Amino acid sequence: MINVDKKYDVIVVGGGHNGLVCATYLAKAGRKVLVLEANAALGGASATSEFSDQFSVSSCAHWLFQLNPEVASDMDLKGHGLELTARDLNTIALAEDGNHLTIGANSLEGASVSDEDRKAFVAFNKQMLKFSKLLAGAFNRRAPKLVEGNLTDRITLAKLGLGMKMLGKTDMSDLMRLALINIYDVMEENFENDLLKAAISLDSLLGSHMGPRSPNTVFGYLYRRMGDVYGFNGPAVVKGGMGAVGEALGNAAKAAGVDIEVSSAVSKINVEVDRATGVTLADGRVVNAGMVVSNADPKTTFNKLVGLTNIETGVARRVKTMRMKGDAAKLHIALDSLPDFKGLTKDQMGQRLLIAPTMDYIELAFNACKYGEYSKAPAMDISIPTIHDPSLAPDGKHVMSVIVQFAPYELEGGWASQKENFKNLVIDRIADYAPNLKDKIIDSELLTPADLEDRFHIHGGHWHHGEISLDQILTMRPFPGASQYGTSVDGLFLCSAGTHPGGGVMGLAGHNAAKEIIKRGKSA
Amino acid sequence: MIPHDETMMLKTPFHSRIEAACEINMWEDWKGYTSPQAYTEVEQEYFAVRSNTGVFDISPMIKYRFTGPDAGAYLNRLVTRDISKIGIDRVAYTVWCDDNGQVMDDGTIFHLAENDYRLCAYARCLDWLMWSAEGFDVTIVDETADVAALAVQGPTSCAIFKEMGFEGIENLKPFGITRFPFEDSEVMISRTGFTGDLGYEIWIDPELAEAFWDALFEAGKHREIRPIGSAALDMLRTETGFIQAGVDFVPAEEAIRTGRSRSPFELGLGWLVSFDKPVFNGRKALLKEKKEGSRYAFVYLDVEGNKPAEHAFIYSGDKEVGTVTTGAWCPTAKTNVAFAQVDAKYGKVGQELVAEIYYERELKWTRVMAKCTVIEGAVFNPPRKRQTPAPDF
Repeated sequence: MINVDKKYDVIVVGGGHNGLVCATYLAKAGRKVLVLEANAALGGASATSEFSDQFSVSSCAHWLFQLNPEVASDMDLKGHGLELTARDLNTIALAEDGNHLTIGANSLEGASVSDEDRKAFVAFNKQMLKFSKLLAGAFNRRAPKLVEGNLTDRITLAKLGLGMKMLGKTDMSDLMRLALINIYDVMEENFENDLLKAAISLDSLLGSHMGPRSPNTVFGYLYRRMGDVYGFNGPAVVKGGMGAVGEALGNAAKAAGVDIEVSSAVSKINVEVDRATGVTLADGRVVNAGMVVSNADPKTTFNKLVGLTNIETGVARRVKTMRMKGDAAKLHIALDSLPDFKGLTKDQMGQRLLIAPTMDYIELAFNACKYGEYSKAPAMDISIPTIHDPSLAPDGKHVMSVIVQFAPYELEGGWASQKENFKNLVIDRIADYAPNLKDKIIDSELLTPADLEDRFHIHGGHWHHGEISLDQILTMRPFPGASQYGTSVDGLFLCSAGTHPGGGVMGLAGHNAAKEIIKRGKSA
Repeated sequence: MIPHDETMMLKTPFHSRIEAACEINMWEDWKGYTSPQAYTEVEQEYFAVRSNTGVFDISPMIKYRFTGPDAGAYLNRLVTRDISKIGIDRVAYTVWCDDNGQVMDDGTIFHLAENDYRLCAYARCLDWLMWSAEGFDVTIVDETADVAALAVQGPTSCAIFKEMGFEGIENLKPFGITRFPFEDSEVMISRTGFTGDLGYEIWIDPELAEAFWDALFEAGKHREIRPIGSAALDMLRTETGFIQAGVDFVPAEEAIRTGRSRSPFELGLGWLVSFDKPVFNGRKALLKEKKEGSRYAFVYLDVEGNKPAEHAFIYSGDKEVGTVTTGAWCPTAKTNVAFAQVDAKYGKVGQELVAEIYYERELKWTRVMAKCTVIEGAVFNPPRKRQTPAPDF
């Protein structure tokens, strides 16, 4: 709760995971910190919610696979109650005929996969991980500016440069070449199995406005594989749903002395000419602080909380042109019992299931989004968390959580009249693989990107807080002039997924922002 | 507006009259409009303004109109001056900057009515204006082609307007706006100009442009009224110390090479920057510059001799410290004036510098090292420019 007698040094707007991580580090460094969260629960898009009577689900992100171990250990998340009920799960690319492909950390099974593909997969993994490791060196620190001769930045750049050199001639030239092309071409170069090519493609673009043939998808894939560098050999399931991450982080923050108030929306970041002075809450209360750290995405921060009229035109233009339109919807299904997926055991149903038979299937699904339509055959990432964590549903019953890729944020004709059609279409599509699915459905809920925007206050419903693409990473994230977590408004910092390194339940944006603020000391 | 596929060059609403008067066919391109450099003899046109009245067609000047509840707040964020202090029917000279505090352009803002402003600019900048409008309730229209305008400048200009029946025009204060009936419509008159003399600018419906021109020249015929071209105007503005976008500075958006744009402080326009108002474009950078110092200083120079110091290098001792952006012999002030950009630590009033001037006579180039003195400001600044009621000549 807000302590009215306390003179806060820092107000963190938004109790999402990055906001909590940032707040905790700042409090540990001796700052008096207040976190204000609009929703009733902490964690932001790392959330659990009851979508039907006694049925709960991770309502945005549903796998944990990128949490940075340094952050997890600094926050003592285990000590604060975070528990994984399953980890290092396989990914199973579903085939309609039941001849599925099981993708492990370094192995392939089923789908009549060839020995060549198996070998190529091992080599491919090795190379990708090498690249991801290289990137990781720049992820846990502020993005280096290229022109100013700052020592910290030069060290980061030198590390990156040296790291590239150390890759060796072949890998270095491969990285330079691959980073700028698209995952479709890379898949065609490496593999022949359609399910494998499609599964890797989907990993490269989930949550973004891209198809397999879009540039930046290779970077998207390396970004996803950062999880492997952080010790995840596949996705993990969090006990109690992803909201438990928020809870544990909330406990860590409180233990560090952070004051937290939930159900308390910030309506305005108060700016006096060009310095942030605090916030105004939706209920009219004003809380002052020398510094405001926004964990809201950059567009929401400047469009809504600061106001474009209170910043200079050049910055306003950059806020406006930042690319941030989500294409991913979430479908939640309450099930009376487990459905039967053709060719899957119960144990296999507990793995990560993908519906994306070919790369062209994904590309076609993306085509719809380009023109403001939802895909009639969308790609999907399915989780049945109750197989590992029965606490989310009544005894013997289950929930299914589905990321549905290619439902545009701005749907031609609006979502209101078409949402039900889309939901039914998605369920029909899953039923192609699990024929008795519909008989098991007790209730269901579809969250379109527009709903995700409403619920999690993320502009465009884009869970990365801005497209992860080469023009919006490193010092260009969220945009030039607001990199390194500071903004043109003195005393206003950003710590959300919209800043370097980016989205995913990783915690590094919050970590880096805090380090930068602490480093700048009083001048921040 | 004439479609661009019918003619390369646009013509202003006064073109029929200008064409008839332009005896030597010296035309130039002013932002796409056919515009006269000179009608007869540049010196004669110059002296018309200093002794009688000269008329310059300013219709090609880029004009934007801003209306809506946020128009004032919008402009206040756009430009460096505090617009909230500009009352209705008043005009303000200002500059506007990019986020780096570099001057994009200079111009005048006319406060026409409540929530209604006009901005006159050197360069087209609708793109920047629209970006700046994000979050503001303001409507922006390019009205360059919708408003005909003339600068009517010189000691007898007020008398000529009185002759036209514009009673009370003498009471219009500098930077004031007033309106008079003309034909079935009206003409707006502002006491503004680019000559440093007593003078006015008139703003009228293009349909009435020719009729106004005719009435003006009829009323002024006994006072030696004369149309003038841009060459004479250039002498006039130099004599009175007005800088010109594209000549004395490179607009920030047009500058390609880093470091070639200038801040208001570096153009001697620091007085246009108000830090006592809400956030405006360039504020942060300008505050920093104010604290840490500018790179350059803008200076007026009184140059020895009579050779215009155009494009001259400026030295302090043996060290090259800057260049001249505008240089001309000023006939009324009888001074050889130059505007120069010098390194910030030079240019204190009274300082002696040297201009390296090259000039050519019958294919022979000669170099002079002319002594010059930094002077405070314009060499021509007559009381009649400010007097209200305006004097009658």
